[in-house]
Amino acid sequence: MPQNKEFFNRRLHSLLGVIPVGVFLIQHFIINHFAVYGASSFNAAAHFMESLPFRYALEVFVIFLPLLYHAIYGLYIAFLGRSNTRQYGYFRNVMFLLQRISGVFLVIFIAWHVWETRIAAAFGADVNYDMMADILSSPFMLVFYIAGVLAATFHFANGLWSFAVSWGLTVTPRSQKIMTYVSIGVFLVLSFIGIRAIIAFLDPALANM
Amino acid sequence: MSEHKTVRFIITRQDTPDASPYTEEFNIPHRENMNVISALMEIRRNPVTADGKESAPVVWDMNCLEEVCGACSMIINGKPQQSCTALIDQLEQPIRLEPMKTFPVVRDLVVDRSRMFDSLKKVKAWIPIDGTYDLGPGPRMAENKRQWAYELSKCMTCGVCLEACPNVNDKSDFIGPAPVSQVRLFNAHPTGEMNREERLNALMGEGGLQNCGNSQNCVESCPKGIPLTTSIAALNRDMTLQSFKNFFGSDNL
Repeated sequence: MPQNKEFFNRRLHSLLGVIPVGVFLIQHFIINHFAVYGASSFNAAAHFMESLPFRYALEVFVIFLPLLYHAIYGLYIAFLGRSNTRQYGYFRNVMFLLQRISGVFLVIFIAWHVWETRIAAAFGADVNYDMMADILSSPFMLVFYIAGVLAATFHFANGLWSFAVSWGLTVTPRSQKIMTYVSIGVFLVLSFIGIRAIIAFLDPALANM
Repeated sequence: MSEHKTVRFIITRQDTPDASPYTEEFNIPHRENMNVISALMEIRRNPVTADGKESAPVVWDMNCLEEVCGACSMIINGKPQQSCTALIDQLEQPIRLEPMKTFPVVRDLVVDRSRMFDSLKKVKAWIPIDGTYDLGPGPRMAENKRQWAYELSKCMTCGVCLEACPNVNDKSDFIGPAPVSQVRLFNAHPTGEMNREERLNALMGEGGLQNCGNSQNCVESCPKGIPLTTSIAALNRDMTLQSFKNFFGSDNL
């Protein structure tokens, strides 16, 4: 269907944002949350994920390729728009702008995050509690990681709302409004899990558990 | 009392489509119940700027003067709207008039909205009834559906929704909200329904509805209160189902 290439690309971008990238985000946050129960708990969970069968295939097809497509096509989409929130300060228009700002920021954050953890692991570093505690001991990186977590949860929650409209699930204004409340709930819950895990890496008492 | 009052205008002007725009200020005597068009007519009568310079009359587009044709849309104090129903007494002064930025400027406040009419052609926003012989009366439309469709038929192709849309601009070829709602209107018509798939496939083509970024400025800005974002989501659903049909196949034509 060459004439529908743009349609296919857009819908693929929308779908990949939720499945698998969004699902992976939730899974990643839940694994991170093991840090709240101490270093050994987190290390066991991280080690379990590392030792999954077909690890490289899972990483490539569930994480890297969908994420790369979503990021690159998303950048293209973001720079096609001309934001006009100063003239039209409506809630959804502000969300439209924030979705693009958070997306561009996430490309930078995730690139750095992957470099620091997964690519470092490929060069022999051990991804564990101590590695994260070490990274987050720098105040700049702490702020950068908190911003990254909040950008990710916002982008995912608001993206869920857009997904529901773009695929025609929520048609009426009422259903779209209720979906707004649902997306706010998703944002709050995931932000709590993500931030709580970051704070756990700062606690010296948990490092020895 | 009112004859001493004046109305101050700051108007963005442009002499030719390629010339660079500039602003001119005008002071005109206030009259009761003035609208932006009657003020522009006053300027046309005596085109002298606020600092006393002879100028050319300001050019604008207009037709029906009752907000049903859409020709006189312009940006008034930052908000795109029809100048015929923009009442001077309800506007903050100085009143700033600009042409809509999404469309090519012909001169002063006149813009070329051809892209909207081209989009209507692209999505086949009409009901084909012409033929070589009389096909007889079409199927009846239920009264409640007619009333529902009437709301969508209020679209006057004025361009305000395209002007407000962040994704309709010179970098993208997005057709914008107005033609999407027209596809919904003609697909709902009992005769128009016969060309439903053609319209959906056109709407899924290059520059189609998939370019919508859900900023929902259109529905907030539409002067006729057309439920544009409901139309967009409804057509998104139709396009989803149509794309499945196109790919997997269906006898349910």
